Amino acid sequence: MRQQLLALLTRGPAHGYELKQGLEQLLGSAYPQPNVGQVYVTLGRLEKSGLIEGEDVEQAGRPNKRIYRLTDAGREAVAAWFEDTSEEPRVRDGFFMKLALAPLSGLADPITLINRQRRQHLNTMRSLSRLAAGEDRDNKIAHLLIEGAMLHLQADLDWLERCQEELE
Amino acid sequence: MTTGPGAPPEAIVRAEGLTKTHHGDRAPVHAVRGVDLTVRRGEFVAVTGPSGAGKSTLLHLVGGLERPDAGRLWIDGERVDGHGEARWAVLRRRSVGIVFQFFNLVSHLTVADNVELPALLAGATPRAARASRAELLAELGLHGRENALPGALSGGEQQRVALARALVNQPALLLADEPAGSLDSKGTRDVLRLLARFHARGQTILMVTHDARMASAADRVISFFDGRVADDAVLGDPAPARPGVSGVLDLKD
Repeated sequence: MRQQLLALLTRGPAHGYELKQGLEQLLGSAYPQPNVGQVYVTLGRLEKSGLIEGEDVEQAGRPNKRIYRLTDAGREAVAAWFEDTSEEPRVRDGFFMKLALAPLSGLADPITLINRQRRQHLNTMRSLSRLAAGEDRDNKIAHLLIEGAMLHLQADLDWLERCQEELE
Repeated sequence: MTTGPGAPPEAIVRAEGLTKTHHGDRAPVHAVRGVDLTVRRGEFVAVTGPSGAGKSTLLHLVGGLERPDAGRLWIDGERVDGHGEARWAVLRRRSVGIVFQFFNLVSHLTVADNVELPALLAGATPRAARASRAELLAELGLHGRENALPGALSGGEQQRVALARALVNQPALLLADEPAGSLDSKGTRDVLRLLARFHARGQTILMVTHDARMASAADRVISFFDGRVADDAVLGDPAPARPGVSGVLDLKD
């Protein structure tokens, strides 16, 4: 969550709860919501490493809240993050190892493994369709997130099909 | 068949040992090899599998577009595997609507006529045919396109007209053969949404697709390989998949 929080802070100083809400608004209900404790812990670490600095602001009748702003080093870290290309997704290696080792173990049938994995992917796909249907139509970012997950799953399902063709 | 409370919903499609071999110039292709299949009233069943697995042939057998070499088939309780073309034509008009990948609309007829034609052929009065057509086109977001020719419509619109045509006689069974296979992603979403909507109202649907997004809208997904059913999975199990949605949506830094 480090990079996301840092990038959000380029917009201006904010406290932890605002950052959590900012993420939720941007990514929509589909995104697994970060818990607020996790946000505070991450902010604490970022502060320790000098990428952000915090300042306590007094609130009437409530505990102080800590407002964070990016340091120059933090801004550079965000720029470097944008500069870097992202890693490719990985083949489902846990499943692949099972598939590769099943025949020699004699304990599992590869086709049964494929069918079971396909069922799981299809159920997840179904949940994603539901999420997409329930998501705010105008939130393009949220829809792209769901669509990305669906296209990855589609690719995995196509690959399972290939495995089945070859191993049957 | 009993239909009292607690009785299982009756089968709209029942097939036993359905078999079809295509004989071309090359070696015979065993497209469908002894398939048993039941689709109950109100079910939405998707058939997926690689191209050449025989899934379209299976759909064609169920819709009477091809005849089986062997096996038995019932549609809505009626034994149909011995039907000739004339009886199949009547059955399709009355009980089986079909949508295809390439829409197959009559190109020189207007949208309205394409939809009304099967109603008229099934014996509806012109007035009733117009009323059903108007209702369906409005429902499918095609109001105002009645007088257009199919060629003037986008692919997504043509598929919606084809859907209206397939549903105008309120068939017991809707067959869909890659209904989004030639559509862009918006057209695909529209077709999916409409199929889900008609299904929610009780329409029985059997759909062939290679698109998992389409398939996951169904209640049941049959994986078809090499002319046979490799898996038959009911979706929407209450048991949460692991790691499931939150896993695939989780973004890492």
